[in-house]
Amino acid sequence: TKLDDSKMAGAEGDDSLYPIAVLIDELRNEDVQLRLNSIKKLSTIALALGVERTRTELLPFLTDTIYDEDEVLLALAEQLGSFTVLVGGPEFVHNLLPPLESLATVEETVVRDKAVESLRKISQEHSPVDLEVHFVPLVKRLASGDWFTSRTSACGLFSVCYPRVSSTVKAEIRQHFRTLCSDDTPMVRRAAASKLGEFAKVLELDYVKSDIIPLFTALASDEQDSVRLLAVEAGVSIATLLPQEDLEALVMPTLRQAAEDKSWRVRYMVADKFSELQKAVGPEITKTDLVPAFQNLLKDCEAEVRAAAANKVKVFCENLPEDSRETIIMTHILPCVKELVSDTNQHVKSALASVIMGLSTILGKDNTVEHLLPLFLVQLKDECPEVRLNIISNLDCVNEVIGIRQLSQSLLPAIVELAEDAKWRVRLAIIEYMPLLAGQLGVEFFDEKLNSLCMAWLIDHVFAIREAATCNLMKLVEKFGAEWAQNTIVPKVLGMANDSNYLHRMTTLFCINALSGVCGQEITTKHMLPVVLKMSTDQVANVRFNVARCLQKIGPVLDSSALQAEVKPVLEKLATDQDMDVKYFALEAISVLALA
Amino acid sequence: FPIILKSDVISTVEFNQTGEFLATGDKGGRVVIFQREPQGEYNVYSTFQSHEPEFDYLKSLEIEEKINKIRWLPPHNPAHFLLTTNDKTVKLWKVSERDKRAEGYNLRDEEGRLKDLSTITTLQVPVLRPMDLLVEASPRRVFANAHAYHINSISVNSDCETYLSADDLRINLWHLNITDRSFNIVDLKPENMEDLSEVITVAEFHPHHCHLLAFSSSTGTTRLCDMRARALCDQHAKLFEEAVDPSRRSFFSEIVSSVSDVKFSHSGRYLLTRDYLTVKVWDLNMENKPLETYQVHDYLRTKLCSLYESDCIFDKFECAWNGTDSVIMTGAYNNYFRMFDRASLRDVTLEASREVCKRRAVLQPRRVCVGKKRKETDVSVDSLDFRKKILHTAWHPKENIIAIAASNNLYIFQDRMAPNGHHNTPEIQSAPPK
Repeated sequence: TKLDDSKMAGAEGDDSLYPIAVLIDELRNEDVQLRLNSIKKLSTIALALGVERTRTELLPFLTDTIYDEDEVLLALAEQLGSFTVLVGGPEFVHNLLPPLESLATVEETVVRDKAVESLRKISQEHSPVDLEVHFVPLVKRLASGDWFTSRTSACGLFSVCYPRVSSTVKAEIRQHFRTLCSDDTPMVRRAAASKLGEFAKVLELDYVKSDIIPLFTALASDEQDSVRLLAVEAGVSIATLLPQEDLEALVMPTLRQAAEDKSWRVRYMVADKFSELQKAVGPEITKTDLVPAFQNLLKDCEAEVRAAAANKVKVFCENLPEDSRETIIMTHILPCVKELVSDTNQHVKSALASVIMGLSTILGKDNTVEHLLPLFLVQLKDECPEVRLNIISNLDCVNEVIGIRQLSQSLLPAIVELAEDAKWRVRLAIIEYMPLLAGQLGVEFFDEKLNSLCMAWLIDHVFAIREAATCNLMKLVEKFGAEWAQNTIVPKVLGMANDSNYLHRMTTLFCINALSGVCGQEITTKHMLPVVLKMSTDQVANVRFNVARCLQKIGPVLDSSALQAEVKPVLEKLATDQDMDVKYFALEAISVLALA
Repeated sequence: FPIILKSDVISTVEFNQTGEFLATGDKGGRVVIFQREPQGEYNVYSTFQSHEPEFDYLKSLEIEEKINKIRWLPPHNPAHFLLTTNDKTVKLWKVSERDKRAEGYNLRDEEGRLKDLSTITTLQVPVLRPMDLLVEASPRRVFANAHAYHINSISVNSDCETYLSADDLRINLWHLNITDRSFNIVDLKPENMEDLSEVITVAEFHPHHCHLLAFSSSTGTTRLCDMRARALCDQHAKLFEEAVDPSRRSFFSEIVSSVSDVKFSHSGRYLLTRDYLTVKVWDLNMENKPLETYQVHDYLRTKLCSLYESDCIFDKFECAWNGTDSVIMTGAYNNYFRMFDRASLRDVTLEASREVCKRRAVLQPRRVCVGKKRKETDVSVDSLDFRKKILHTAWHPKENIIAIAASNNLYIFQDRMAPNGHHNTPEIQSAPPK
């Protein structure tokens, strides 16, 4: 797109200049928010100035504006990534390099990263010649900068220019990368290690073997574990690039060493990247090397490592070669899993609980019933609620394998036991899982086994439980629909309106508050409203003022004839009640529903 | 006597990695940064208020603004970064220079008066013009709400992305870019506070190995932790402790053995610890006894009772290595500080006070004697002023330049001779700044 330089710069008049003038002035406003607004509209400013003045005036100004707040610099770095058109298109794109270069050296990591991201983006808009004339020199300047901030930024730029430059320049780029991999500061070595995989991908296979492998080996045995742990991920990427026959000699010794590193953080990284690693090295090495390594990680002395490995149990098992999958799981993995179920650390147990149910699809019905169900049961009774939740929220995958009957026989008693636990906090936790369970088990099963539990909570002696039970009913109706509500729960809820305990009568009102919206106008008007109105003559004032509050709440669901004919007289009567709270809430309802 | 404002009392002194800058913190929450001029003198470069007094409404406690520690970050770019902490909150400050100013508004003139709109016919982009050098300090991060007790140490890790903060019972690990979470790596808090037997007094990272940290406790032990072994470092890798001779045990034994400062040598091979009466050098490879023990003021051994009554026995003296790890320095009472040459075993007592410290004068050694004076210049133990104490000292990372904080005065002494000169003839370079 060619932009007309003279369009705005000409003396067209103040009206069109004014908003832009304000934006430009606010680039220097003392209020950060205003500066930020201006920077976010930088394209508007550039458009008004035209490509020529943007290049010669705006960009030089921005290049020196690196004193600003991080958020302003971040916005600037982002804007410049899509500024090519505004400086006159690809042939002028190199004009964007100076401001991005200065942003790539600031101390704030997020700003540098954004500047690098924008540089990577605009590198693609450089012609091969411009890339060598303008972009590569910038990369070299950054790579040999005095401060580590510029050298770390350089690490992310090699891979975008490498494929598009001549072989001489390629050799220089490889040399620069090599230098950064052995930089004095750990920050730069970390940046290099984290870009090693990406850089390897754009290199010719011969250079991967001759250049990248030695760098990988060196970084993986760096004295700082913060560097070594980043080499693990690079190792995974490199492994995907090499032919199978080279893996054993070039990558595996280093990866094996990483899996047994003295530092738990490095082992954690191996555990965390285990699935990717498994895919990269293929089935044979998985069988010979990864299975024992995985067993060790599951038994690691550091809980963080065990938790990371536990998270991978399902995916690892799924991706095992089919011919030996079941044998490997049964003889090597399951024994470790059994130990983890009673681990001392709750994060480990919780991580396991989030994936363990997935093993049933892999192992089939018989193995699940014999080996896995007992483990599920143990975890379902775990003292830590997160473990229990993770089990309950994954019941559906077991359901598919062993069927609902089997499941109900084995797991349901445990759930019911928790639902009736003497500690109200435990009961509360189970209530919160109910909507989830209902969704997984289906309406039929729910009505048969769990409905009565849900109703029983409504008359619990702890208010928090009654309140949670009310909310639970609403979520169940959202799942199963209004018709189900009308047939199963509404009659029971309304029945409580005649209870001799006023607390239970109030529960009816609270339930109606929660349910009227999801049940809809018809059920509310036909079934709920008469009950509420009838309760307005309750002898307990607390019930009466809750009637007023309830009417206010369900009013919007009702149609206007019901409001005028039925609600209004009752509220007016309550507004003359002897009790001042009842009066207050009745008047409030009248005013909110506009019935005065 | 000049009246000394409590808020002016210097509470920490620290050189940066190159020694070009020196930072002090005071009880008033201020940080003063000095820059070394080409001629060698240190002049004020920047002063800023790092912490303000606060009130913890939940615990009904005042939080003092006093700067407990300052640590410089390794250089990132032309700006300088330092961590400062009071009892509760660590802050990361950036000190940077600005020498350009934007000029040219569209709607206003440079004095801020609105222009007549009809005169505006073109857009003006601001231009940057040189201006007088301005040094500004800006807070970059605030690391708060992670300490239930008082922070006594901060230390930047050699990986340059993490640092630790230690309070009486816990050590937390922070990432320099993340303020809303830290990891607890050491926790000494017993389930029942009545079982409390020791508190953490100081903690520091190893200068080169990012996984090693040392922390000392009120029981006189120093523990080395290896963060590679476990996420939680409650179990130490090494425990440096000297067996106390049971015959010399007294009521004060534990109090005087409490470690008030620990410093790794620049080489990373040794640990320097300071307790009330001695400084000790430990080899990381030998846990059962120190390599060297130097008596700082052994003559106080008979005065412990009165020092206990005046609370002086709880004073926390710091210690420092010189750049080549061959000399160690630590403070004492009566504005005296001590230096020990490890090779020659020579030691010296020097005084930092207004009376003796005239610009370019050479410090004379002092001698404290027990009993009768042998020389005119000798000082008797009984005439020592225990209110004048030198707690905070720092040694330039490469050269023989030391900074001594005595109450509200900062003294900077420089070796009179070139690098090979003796350490014990420092020349006064800078008069008290305040």
